[in-house]
Amino acid sequence: MRHTFIDGIVKNNMVLVLAIGLCPTLAVSTSAYNSLGMGIAVIFVLVFSNVIVSLLRNVIPKNLRIPIFIVIISTFVTMVDYSMKAYVPPLSRQLGVFVPLIVVNCGILGRAEGYAYHHPPHYSLMDGLGIGLGFTIVLFIMGTIREILGQGIWLNIPGVFPGFCVFGKAFTNSSVLLLILPPGGFLTIALLMGLFNHFRGGSK
Amino acid sequence: MNLFLLFLSAFLVNNIILMRFLGLCPFFGVSSKIETALGMGMSVIFVMTLSTILTWFLYQYVLIPFDLVYLRTVVFILVIASLVQFLELFFKKQIPGLYSALGIFLPLITTNCAILGVAFLNIDNDFGLLSSVVFAISSAMGFLLALVVIAGIRERLENAPIPEALKGLPISFIAAALMALAFLGFSGFMGLSL
Repeated sequence: MRHTFIDGIVKNNMVLVLAIGLCPTLAVSTSAYNSLGMGIAVIFVLVFSNVIVSLLRNVIPKNLRIPIFIVIISTFVTMVDYSMKAYVPPLSRQLGVFVPLIVVNCGILGRAEGYAYHHPPHYSLMDGLGIGLGFTIVLFIMGTIREILGQGIWLNIPGVFPGFCVFGKAFTNSSVLLLILPPGGFLTIALLMGLFNHFRGGSK
Repeated sequence: MNLFLLFLSAFLVNNIILMRFLGLCPFFGVSSKIETALGMGMSVIFVMTLSTILTWFLYQYVLIPFDLVYLRTVVFILVIASLVQFLELFFKKQIPGLYSALGIFLPLITTNCAILGVAFLNIDNDFGLLSSVVFAISSAMGFLLALVVIAGIRERLENAPIPEALKGLPISFIAAALMALAFLGFSGFMGLSL
């Protein structure tokens, strides 16, 4: 079970290895706080959909499995969407359309189909946690890089906490704005993937 | 909003892939050859337009009157999935020529977040039917444009000397970053904000 968890974080990393779930990764990672919010939403959906699919795996007929998975996943996505709108409205506005779009994150459907449908609930729970955590870690790293270089601050939570001033005032006033903009997202993930490939001994 | 401005905004300024980050999976998945990129792009134009019309009517005339707005995520994804299935069967039986051109891309479109994303964006922006359709078509054309351009770049990258660690996806991301940078130039265009 520990292996399932660790594999989910490193070997089956959703973004860096399997290259799925790219849309939210790039769109949301403009700041560390947004990344964390998205990551937690994905962990919630992934864990619950994995467990439910795994509990029902003997009841779900093979031919109808995909629509059933989609209904299960979108139920949890709707729960997350409405909870975020109610409790953290600023974050919900920042993430915008990408919260309901968790439903088409191929990673979640892929885990339901590829793992939870064939494994008992406690393994599926660990798998969901591992994959979700792997996704969140990558998102958080990207958010951190882009926020620090692009705005000069780290962990800014709008209206709650101004964030740490990492390189001093002078840098904050002349930060690399490009990294907050869309091209910066592509560039950051390109270099992050390159670095990951390099340390894994070039898998491609 | 002026429809022509809406077209330019969705096609270039807020390009659905490079600026909004919707539909990145097919953007990197089927962009290794120009022909497949064209096929995928055409399928997206077709499905996105149809699904927009369908979801718009469903939302305005079923979900709102019956106070079921909270079901929109479930309803939209199921509608789009069944639409895609239906189109696949219909083409296979009735228009085999079109099926062999677009058929293989249709199943992939269900998980294309651009389709669902555009349906949500239409609602979040309170577009009417005409604006929604224009928005869908121009977004899909922006998708086709970005897809074909990156496919051209990737065909050239095949034979280029690239550092070992950056081969494959990372170098494509760098190419996409440069494209996005170029598209950023459009945002100064006619004072449309990003």
